[in-house]
Formats: sequence, structure tokens, C-alpha cells
Amino acid sequence: MHTEARKLVTIVTEAALERRISEDLKRLGAHGYTVCDARGEGSRGVRSAGWEASSNIRIEVVCDTATAEAIATYLRTHYYDHYSMILFMSEVGVLRPEKF
Amino acid sequence: MMDPIVLFFILGLAAGLARSDLRLPGSIYELLSVVLLLAIGMKGGVELAQQSLATLLPQMIAVVIMGSLLPLAAYPALRLLGRLSRVDAAAIAAHYGSVSVGTYAVAVAWLVSREIPFEEHMPLLLVLLEVPAIVVGIMLARGLAANTNWPRLAHEIFLGKSIVLLIGGLLIGWAAGPEALEPVSNLFFGLFHGVLALFLLEMGLVAAGQVGSLRRHGLFLVAFGVLFPLFGALVGAGLGQLLGLSVGGTMLLATLAASASYIAVPAALRLALPEANPTLSLTASLGVTFPFNILIGIPLYMRLAESLNSIGG
Repeated sequence: MHTEARKLVTIVTEAALERRISEDLKRLGAHGYTVCDARGEGSRGVRSAGWEASSNIRIEVVCDTATAEAIATYLRTHYYDHYSMILFMSEVGVLRPEKF
Repeated sequence: MMDPIVLFFILGLAAGLARSDLRLPGSIYELLSVVLLLAIGMKGGVELAQQSLATLLPQMIAVVIMGSLLPLAAYPALRLLGRLSRVDAAAIAAHYGSVSVGTYAVAVAWLVSREIPFEEHMPLLLVLLEVPAIVVGIMLARGLAANTNWPRLAHEIFLGKSIVLLIGGLLIGWAAGPEALEPVSNLFFGLFHGVLALFLLEMGLVAAGQVGSLRRHGLFLVAFGVLFPLFGALVGAGLGQLLGLSVGGTMLLATLAASASYIAVPAALRLALPEANPTLSLTASLGVTFPFNILIGIPLYMRLAESLNSIGG
């Protein structure tokens, strides 16, 4: 089956940022995104999702390389200093390139 | 006699400290807090319909002033005695100027189980106390000429879930009245103590989770987390007497002034003051002040209200 190459950007961060980041993503050119609740542990301690202030979300965006880089740059400059956030990219193949 | 709901809190605390694998799913905690906030709002709203604005207005203005002044009292103590950075001191001050709905609910349950009457419109004062401290805290951190985006911030503060649900509950109770609320009263009022007990079980687990950071941040936060609420209780009880509240109402206002926020303020400040370390405020408010108020503070504030009332005649 033929697939087109796209980037999958995965962001794990504080639930408090969900609305701001979803606005950022759309402004930066993402056509869509998926959010789910997450929990785990990292350099800023356990994020247990037991209640609001310790809950995390995982956001996934499939987009072209330019948009992925714009998202990564923007989030790094605006959120990395003060928020728990990690972001990574991977190569994925999509069947309908016009959607992403 | 110890209230069963307090025992649930102790159970959560003990289970958390012993590293039990007990945890309530996040969505259950959400549901419990939604029920509590709506129930508290509706109770107040029903009563609000019977009150004239003339009686309410002086109380409303007085608590807004109290909510704005409390962080101004906390800030110098945090800055000078605690040697905290400006932004951390301002953030903690905002938490302590604002209020904890969970603590309020336990105080109400305490009064109800002893059949002590109080002003049922207190939830209105509770809502009014949530907000001013957030604004004062941000101003303390940023100064007046701040580049804070106030419209966006106002949206985040006033549409935060605790304020939406409390005000929504107040309006529903006010519009519907006691008879019309009958069909939903089993859930919101009949189950109130059971829901509160489960909520406190979870709060015990959360409070126990703060112990690690308490060890790191040390004695000052513990001392502040106990002493500032005592000061706040004095202010609140004094104001309650000035406003001519009943003994129960005075005790509730003392409890509100003694409590520290852990829902509305952290959510707003996380976005408004990102460089403030959220661990410091939450450790003090959840790890120290909340347990202190639940276990020791509430009966103490009742005695304070009683003695002020007998002095005042």
C-alpha cells in the first residue's frame, strides 16, 4: 500500500495548558490534533493525574515537516522554561495526505 | 467525638503515607468535586432568594476587602521570613488569600452534625473570596504596570470550573427555590456527607503525596502553613462579629479566612505566573494547611467564634 510521509509530533505536558496549546497548534497550521489524559514521572516529579494540578495530557499532531518544526520551535520558546513539557517527533506514513 | 468524614481523610492520609496502591480515578475525583461545588452553590442560592440586597451588600463588600488584604499580610512574611523569591511569595500569598471549598464543606458538615445554625447564604461570600486574592497576587508578582493579559486572565479565572459551578449552583438554587429542587435533592443534599467522605479520602491521598516536597522545602512552609491560617481565622472571626453574624457564621468566615485554595488559584496562577514554583504553594496549602484545618483548625475556630461572641455580648 502506498503511503505519504508525514511527521507525528507528540507533546506530553500539564493539563492546564490544553486550551492554550490547542489554540497555538491551529494557529501554527496543524489541521487537527488528538488529546488524551496521561500520567507518569519525569524531572519535575510524579504527575499522577490524581487531581487537576498534577494531571498531564498527551497531544498528538500529524502534519508536514514545516508545520512540525514551527510547532516545536514555538513550544520550546514559550513553554519549556516554566512548564513540564516534552516533545518528540517521529516519521509516519499516512494514506490521505490531503488531510494532514 | 471525631466526625466520620475526618476519619476518611485520616484513612487517605495513612494509606498515602504507607504507599498503598489505593487511588481514585481522576474522573471520580472530578465528579465528586462537581457534586460538592454544585450542592454548596445550590444551598446558598436557595437562601439568597430570601435575603435583601441591603443585608447582603455590606457583607459582600467586607469579604472582598478581606480577600484582598489577606495576601498583602502574607506576602511580607513569605518574602522576609521565608526569603522566598518575589514571584513565589506572591503566588503563595494568593493561595492563602483565597479559599478552599473542601475545608468549607467540612466546616459546614461539622456545624450540621452538631445542629449549630449558621447563615445559609455563606456560599455567596465563599465565591466572592475566591477571586480578589488571585488579582492581588499577580499584582504583587508583576507590579501594576504589568504586561499581564487581563482579559484572557479574567476569562481563565471566571470560567475556571470551581467558580462556574459555585455561581451556577447559586443561580440554580436561587431561580428554582427549595420545592423545585426536591427531585434532585437526594443526589446533592442527601448524599452530601457520603460524597464529602470520598472526596476527603482522595484529599488525604493527595496530601500524603506532598510529604516528599515538604521534606525538601522544610520548616518554614510548615510554620507558615499553620500560623498564617491562625492569623486568618482571627481576622475572619473578627469580621464575622463586626458584621453581626451568628456564632456558626462567624466560625465559617474564620474557616474561610484560614483556608488556602488548591483548585481555583493554582489553575489561574499556573497560566498567569508560570515562573512561580507550583510545588511550594501546593505543598503548603495541601500538605500543611488543609490537614491542619480539617484535623485541628475547625473545632478551634468554633471556640474562637464562641469566645468572641461572648466578649461582644
